[in-house]
Formats: sequence, C-alpha cells, structure tokens
Amino acid sequence: MEEFIQSKFNYWIYVLLMMLGLWGMIAKNNMIKKLIGMSIFQTAIILFYVSVAVKTEESNIPILAHHGKEYSPKYADKLNKKYAEKHKGEGYGKDSGKSDSEDSSHEHGKKDASSEKVAKYPKTPIVDHYSNPLPHVLMLTAIVVGVATLGLALSITQKIYRHYGTLEEDELLKKVRAEDNG
Amino acid sequence: MIFEFDLLVLIFLLPAAIIALQLKNLVGASMVFGIYSFLMCLLWAEMGAVDVAFTEAAVGAGVSAVYMIATVYQTSKRSSD
Amino acid sequence: MKLLSGIVCGFVGLLLLYGVSDPDDFPAWGDPNSPASTSPISEYFIQNTMKDSEVPNMVTSVLADYRGWDTMFETVVVFVAGIAIFAVIRSFDVDVGAVKKPKVREADLVLKHTVRLLIPVIQIFSLYVLGHGHGSPGGGFQGGVILGASFILVALVWDIETALKRFSEKQAIFCAGIGIFIYAGFGFLSIFFGAEFLNYGVLEPILPGIHSSAKARYIGMLIVEIGVMCTVASVLYLIYALLATRGRMQGGL
Repeated sequence: MEEFIQSKFNYWIYVLLMMLGLWGMIAKNNMIKKLIGMSIFQTAIILFYVSVAVKTEESNIPILAHHGKEYSPKYADKLNKKYAEKHKGEGYGKDSGKSDSEDSSHEHGKKDASSEKVAKYPKTPIVDHYSNPLPHVLMLTAIVVGVATLGLALSITQKIYRHYGTLEEDELLKKVRAEDNG
Repeated sequence: MIFEFDLLVLIFLLPAAIIALQLKNLVGASMVFGIYSFLMCLLWAEMGAVDVAFTEAAVGAGVSAVYMIATVYQTSKRSSD
Repeated sequence: MKLLSGIVCGFVGLLLLYGVSDPDDFPAWGDPNSPASTSPISEYFIQNTMKDSEVPNMVTSVLADYRGWDTMFETVVVFVAGIAIFAVIRSFDVDVGAVKKPKVREADLVLKHTVRLLIPVIQIFSLYVLGHGHGSPGGGFQGGVILGASFILVALVWDIETALKRFSEKQAIFCAGIGIFIYAGFGFLSIFFGAEFLNYGVLEPILPGIHSSAKARYIGMLIVEIGVMCTVASVLYLIYALLATRGRMQGGL
C-alpha cells in the first residue's frame, strides 16, 4: 500500500491540477481568469510529460559530463594512449574484447573491478544514467507556443473591452444579443 | 527525484493554483500566477529537465506575467468573481 | 453554471484518476522499464549524439539537428503570432479621448541607475546562453527570451517611446523575418550539395577550418539557433509594445 501511494501519488496531483485549470476555463466569468485557467492547464500537462521522462533515483540531467570527451571518436586515440601509459604493465589490452559497448549500455551503473582496467575509448553512454531527452524537446516547443498563444488571447481581450466596455461573460452575452437584435 | 522535496513543492503548488483563480484583484491574480510558474520551474529542475526549467523561468515568470499585468492595466483591474 | 461545470470536471477527473492508478497497465513513477524509458529512439539519441554531431547536450542536439524541421516551424509559429497580434490590435488613429493622458514622469532615481548598469550585462548573458547551448542548458530559445526581456525592461523603467526610439517596430518586424530567413536559408544551402534539406553534415567544404562532418553539424546547429534567437527576441518585444499601449505605440504602462 505504501509503495502504491508513493509510486502514483504524483500523478494524482497532476490530474487535480489539470481539472482545476479546466474548471477555471469553463466556470469563471472574467476573461482574464479564463486565460489564467488555460495557462494552469498547459503547465500541468507539461509537468505530466516531464515526469514521464524521469527514469530512476540515479538518473541525471541529459547532458554528457566533461563535454562528452570520453564518448567522442575525435579524442579516442589520445585518451586511449593516455590510459595505456597510466596503466603500463597491468595487462592492458589483453582482455580488450570483454567490455563491449552493447554489454555496458544497459547496465545499471555496475562497476566491476575488471572493467576498470580494460576501459576502451570511445565508450558508449549508459542509457540508464540519463533522463529521456525526447519529452524535454517536445515540451520546450509547447512552452514557447503557449506564450505566443497567450499574447494573442490577451490582445483579443483588449479589443473586446474596447468595444463592449466589460470583461464579464454574462454582461457580454447580454450586450451581444442586444446588438444582434437591435 | 527526491520524493520528499517533490511532495513539499506540490503541497505549495495546489493552493497557488486555487488562489490565482479565486482572487478578485486581477493584478494580484497575475502575481500569484507568476509564483505558480516559479514553483513549476523548481519542480522540473529537480526532476532533471534543466532546459525546460530554464525556459519556463524566463518565459513564464518573466514574460507571461508581464503581459498579463500590461493587459490588466489597460482593461479593468477588478473582477466580479 | 459553476456547479454543473464542477460536476463535469469532477467526473472527468475521476475517470482520469482511475486510469492513472491502474497498477498493471500504467507504469509507476520513475520506473526504468516503462515503455517511455526503453524506447529505441531515445536510446539512439543518447548513444549517438557525440558520434554524429559532437554536441554533449542531448536536448539541443535533438532540437536543432535530429528534429530541426519541428523547430523551424515552431519559429514560424512565433513569427505568425506576432504578425497576428499586430493585425488585431494595431490602430493608427490619433487619441480620441478614450485613453487617459498619462502624466509626464521622470524615471525613478534608483531604478534608472541600477537598470543602466544591469541591461548590458543581461544582454551579454543572453549571448552566453546562446553560445553555450551545446554544453550546458541553454540554446536559442532561452537566449532569445532573455534578450527580449532586456528590451522590455527598458520600456518598463523609462517609457515606451524611449524603447521605440532605440528599436522601432519596423526594425523589430524586420529582425523577426531575418531570423526565419537565416534558419530556412541555411537548411536550403545543403540542397546545392546534393543532400536533403536541413542536412548540415554535407556543408563541410564551405565552412572554413572544419574537417569532419560531425563538426559541420555542430556549427550548423549554432547558426540556426542564432536565427531562432533573432525571431524570438524581436517578437516578444513587439508583443509587449503592442499590448502595453493598446496598439497606439505611445503612452501606456
């Protein structure tokens, strides 16, 4: 039961936030409150996507450390030479077929003592150590498009105020119907 | 991914959303909306999405709140509900 | 109306809660075996970002290189939103008396001198964020928003006429168009070398000092991010100038 609450608790709060934004869009009378509700809805959805991209307790930001020098083919020869000099006479190069890239790519950060000695550059990044970058990219687009849409909605609100003199929905409906009939 | 930190920020987030929708003074509502944006940015940075948090800090709290306050100043500053 | 919409939202919320709490089908939070975490696309991106383009920030490399088509259209969307706001709200008639005449005020002493020192630093920081988008969080969008915010700061502390004197609306619209032109034009260059649109890897003969196709993609990403920054900064400033003055570009906040 404890585990169940801990694993799903965040999703419940996200659903609550989404419904709060949706209720604000429908039920509030003022136009600006409706727009605030729309923005709350949008950011709650972005929160949902970002929380899907989280992997485990150890996963880190999706940026390779040290400018990714260990993983780039450009520096591979230099790094291999430096490693060979540092571990001269320890049997480097004897078992260099053991640590394949396919082997280490799905490990959960396991470090045996043997793989330290026969490290071979360029390594492949271990997938479990980095958060999933794909939802982050989609949500970047969503945020910027959201602010552009908010600007457009606010400009239309200003036009409505100029024309009808009020921003409340019920008074607006009355005035629009009076205009249509009269 | 620290569970307790997420819990704390989420506990502040829900009342901020409710208050932003319930305040009658529209300038105050825009400011609480800015607070909501900042709390979201904190939550995303803690979950490992640093690019998204950077963008939200610049856009949501810097630009979005300013647009709302600019519009509120040109239209009425109080709402009836 | 409030009660009815409350009931409807509550009902939808209960349905969503039921769907989210399912222990078998919906993965727990932070599960490393969920379908999103083990998808082959994300694996490819994480493992090959250094090999293909020498960029350690995976989000930037996906945004500007692997999914550059989406980013180009996102820039176009921002531009079109700016033009749409311009079309909706801009009015050229003289003050008819509906706008209260703002009293002439001098900028506040503390604000004036503090902001005078801060704005150059903010602009240099925005260029830093743009340039270091490859190795640390940042990139074109973040730099563009910070640059646009620095222009908005000038309009807030002094008045909008001071800001418009330095960066008028014609120049802003022009810069917004130039940003998209840089992005699409640079992608178009690679067609002359026989590859597809937005494939920066084949551009290495014309870029000076670049000797590998991975480094050509690195430089290509930087140039398209410059285009994105131009558009985003000028459009955000233009939207503020239009919203704060109700379309008249004088007086206002």
